[in-house]
Amino acid sequence: MRNKDQGPGIKEQDTERVKKLLQSAVPPVSDGLEAQRDLWPAMLRRLDEQSSHGMTSVPWFDWALGGALLAFAAMAPRTIPVILFYL
Amino acid sequence: MRDDAPSVLSRFQQGDVDAFETLFRMHQRAVQGWVMRIVREPSAAEDVTIEAFWRMHQSHARFDPERGFEPWARRIATHAAMDWLRRQKPETGMDSEQWNTVAASAESDPALTAEIRTRTAQAFFRLPAKLRIAALLAIVEEQPHKEVADALGISVGAVKLRVFRAIRLLRRDLSEQGIKP
Repeated sequence: MRNKDQGPGIKEQDTERVKKLLQSAVPPVSDGLEAQRDLWPAMLRRLDEQSSHGMTSVPWFDWALGGALLAFAAMAPRTIPVILFYL
Repeated sequence: MRDDAPSVLSRFQQGDVDAFETLFRMHQRAVQGWVMRIVREPSAAEDVTIEAFWRMHQSHARFDPERGFEPWARRIATHAAMDWLRRQKPETGMDSEQWNTVAASAESDPALTAEIRTRTAQAFFRLPAKLRIAALLAIVEEQPHKEVADALGISVGAVKLRVFRAIRLLRRDLSEQGIKP
């Protein structure tokens, strides 16, 4: 391996050259690119979407529990008043 | 470091939306600027900034007002940006217009050909996201290692290690392409 033959000084020079090459190939983002528009309206839309989604969505566990209750009531109709009593 | 009123920070921690809006407006510029340094694409930076603030809103209860908002916000934004980087295919990390910008960058070393710069940038965008983000912030953006470490939630030593590994992988990739840095 070529790298094993190199001294630490040469390796460091190599590293510095790769860093320079990278800085040349991928220039830093200039401050001009930081000119920004107000994102609060978009943020607010995201919050609204999520809160309305949160109200309408039902967790899978609730669906499973409801299904189990219905199945149980179908198998033993006489228990329906008891289930209703505890709801 | 900004001087956020303690009452705003406490109200945010309790889930107050007005306090969240105040903090959003105070920190949007800084957060978006930081995200831009990582994702390097204005429209993506906007999306990631909103995602980052959304995560902050979701985890308001875990926020510690004693430790200030900006470092916490920067860390969440960095992770949101890293998630975005991970979702990108290496070839689509930048669009063709951005590749042209790289190739024709006025700040670049004129001794290097446009092709070498482009291939170096492409090799860089093929690196794993967590190495790329450390190298981007520490080498390209020349941010202090301590700031990079705080933003990534790792130690300074771990940042140096990631930068070292990024450089090593980049050098290997370039060597395989016949480019000797």
